Amino acid sequence: MTTALRGGLHVRNLRKAYKDVLAVDGLNLEVQAGECFGLLGPNGAGKTTTIEICEGLNSADSGEVEMLGMRWDSDAGRLRQHLGIQLQDTQLADKLTVFETVRLFRSFYNAGPTAAEVIGLVQLDEKRNARVGKLSGGQKQRLAMACALVGDPDFLFLDEPTTGLDPQARRQLWDLIEEFKASGRTILLTTHYMDEAERLCDRIAIMDHGKVIALGTPRELIASIGVEHVVEFSAGNSSQPLAVPPLRQIEGVREVRGENGTVQLLVTELHRAVPALLHELNRQGVPLTELRTHSASLEDVFVTLTGRHLRDE
Amino acid sequence: MSEVIIPDPRAAEAARTPPRADWAEHPLMRLTQVRFLEFIREPEALFWVFIFPILLAAGLGIAFRNRPADVLKVAAVTPQLTQSLRQEKLLDVAELPAAAADAALRNGKVALLAVPGPNGSVVYRYDDTNPEGRTARILADRAIQRAAGRVDPVASSNQFMREPGSRYIDFLIPGLLGMNLMGSAIWGMGFAIVDARRKNLMKRLVATPMPRHYYLLSFLLSRLVLLVVEVGVVLGFGTIVFGVPLRGSPLDLVLLCVLGSLSFSALGLLIASRARTIEAASGLMNSVMMPMWIVSGVFFSAQRFPDIVQPVIKALPLTAAIDALRMNMLQGASLAQVTPQMGVLAGWLVVCFGLALKLFRWR
Repeated sequence: MTTALRGGLHVRNLRKAYKDVLAVDGLNLEVQAGECFGLLGPNGAGKTTTIEICEGLNSADSGEVEMLGMRWDSDAGRLRQHLGIQLQDTQLADKLTVFETVRLFRSFYNAGPTAAEVIGLVQLDEKRNARVGKLSGGQKQRLAMACALVGDPDFLFLDEPTTGLDPQARRQLWDLIEEFKASGRTILLTTHYMDEAERLCDRIAIMDHGKVIALGTPRELIASIGVEHVVEFSAGNSSQPLAVPPLRQIEGVREVRGENGTVQLLVTELHRAVPALLHELNRQGVPLTELRTHSASLEDVFVTLTGRHLRDE
Repeated sequence: MSEVIIPDPRAAEAARTPPRADWAEHPLMRLTQVRFLEFIREPEALFWVFIFPILLAAGLGIAFRNRPADVLKVAAVTPQLTQSLRQEKLLDVAELPAAAADAALRNGKVALLAVPGPNGSVVYRYDDTNPEGRTARILADRAIQRAAGRVDPVASSNQFMREPGSRYIDFLIPGLLGMNLMGSAIWGMGFAIVDARRKNLMKRLVATPMPRHYYLLSFLLSRLVLLVVEVGVVLGFGTIVFGVPLRGSPLDLVLLCVLGSLSFSALGLLIASRARTIEAASGLMNSVMMPMWIVSGVFFSAQRFPDIVQPVIKALPLTAAIDALRMNMLQGASLAQVTPQMGVLAGWLVVCFGLALKLFRWR
């Protein structure tokens, strides 16, 4: 067993352009040792390019990456021994069994648990001799996780680990990630699922157009938009349209957004805003057809910052 | 510095796993084994590499088997001519009325028709562009002249050449062996590499500490393991079923097969070094292999092509491999005698491997 390497990830002024697209535009990141850091953003925000540069799979046009106290240009071989990597969209060889696949990956690392131990860790014992091609999506993701963990890494990269999985498979994978986190090692995770980021990540950077546009703990980010709740409702019809401007005057309403026939109010105090809203609708004589509320989430943070949803293409 | 270990609920089971020798867990060993497993779990590949050459050799061997000299069918219109012609054992003579005889000649039922000419002469009617017609002419004339009293001035006798080594199947088996070495090396390398690239599996492997040259080396090593089986199947079939001779040193033959396979593998590696899709790769592979199937002397001698293109044909790796295999198997040539062919193969190996390493796309 090798001694765990401490030290996080430091990215300074990273730039990467593809032909005419600037994928990463002067990005700065500090991931502390032992934290689970989330990189959030819509598709095309530059998350994957950033993570691949950090993994040593892609080269930056300019900027610096330092990880576990090492750099790619001078310590690539040593660095790889300490990283666990799970890539987006990797298909492992269909014709091999789970055990053969993990054993292959294990052979590349100087130290780590045995192939059988890692298969146990990701709860694939029953599938140990099954062909990879016969596994379900969730089982394949857990196998990818096994291949990432087999070198006993000090730093784990997870690029959209639960995309396309059903809720149960996602929760199984989250448990696995939390187990790894509990052992005190560092994770950099990209996702565009809000619940995943809120549950797993200690800190989050929201990326858009190749830059970090917000950084903090999930609570800090949600608090930064100054609202605690979101009220969504539909009201009015063609003969009795809703007058929107008076809504802005309701006490505690910070922002009013209209979207697909529903109206969203970002509010600080739900118990005052809802009665006031009902009173206002009553005053206008407009019938209410739907009313929902939820606590402000990272999704609301993202929409507030960019005017777009995280899942948008 | 602190030591962190993933909690391990499966330690008990792990303890039961018998310890393995270190070499078995060497990355090169693992990569090679995985490559081998992936290959033998692909039924189509097994067919093309092992079954297809046997079917081809069997089919061609039967089609071109050596038969006793053919008896030629000829016709005559008079009893006297028929009588004379029947003295020749290689002719099957039919006596027909004139109209029927003409019809039989026109539709190819007989190769030649003998009719009486003026003043006791004989007229042979046959198609002089047809080898059977020309042969029938010689045989028929000899029979008629001898029946009329001709005596050959020079006595002659025959010695027949039908021994193994000069038959078509003897020519064919080394050709098929060379073709098989090329096909399995190029397909084996090409599809596996492009598939791994397409599925991002190559990128995933590159993200581990795996030394990259091990990845490429594992393809060559698994090739050599399969080579034993491939060569064994073709040669075993040829020698057991058709009695194809192995006159050269078996060790030399093995060395030639290994060198040939390595050269073709390097060529396969080069073909697969950039392609991202199976379609692009198979197009490239076919355009490289197809011309060699035709000009390199698999099914018929490469000497049949014009002299001006011979230097080009001789520089092709398949020509060199097949020539060397034929010289070893049929003429018992030593390695020294096939130096030019080995030089060609070694040249392709070095150039293709060097270029492939430079061009190879790892993601």
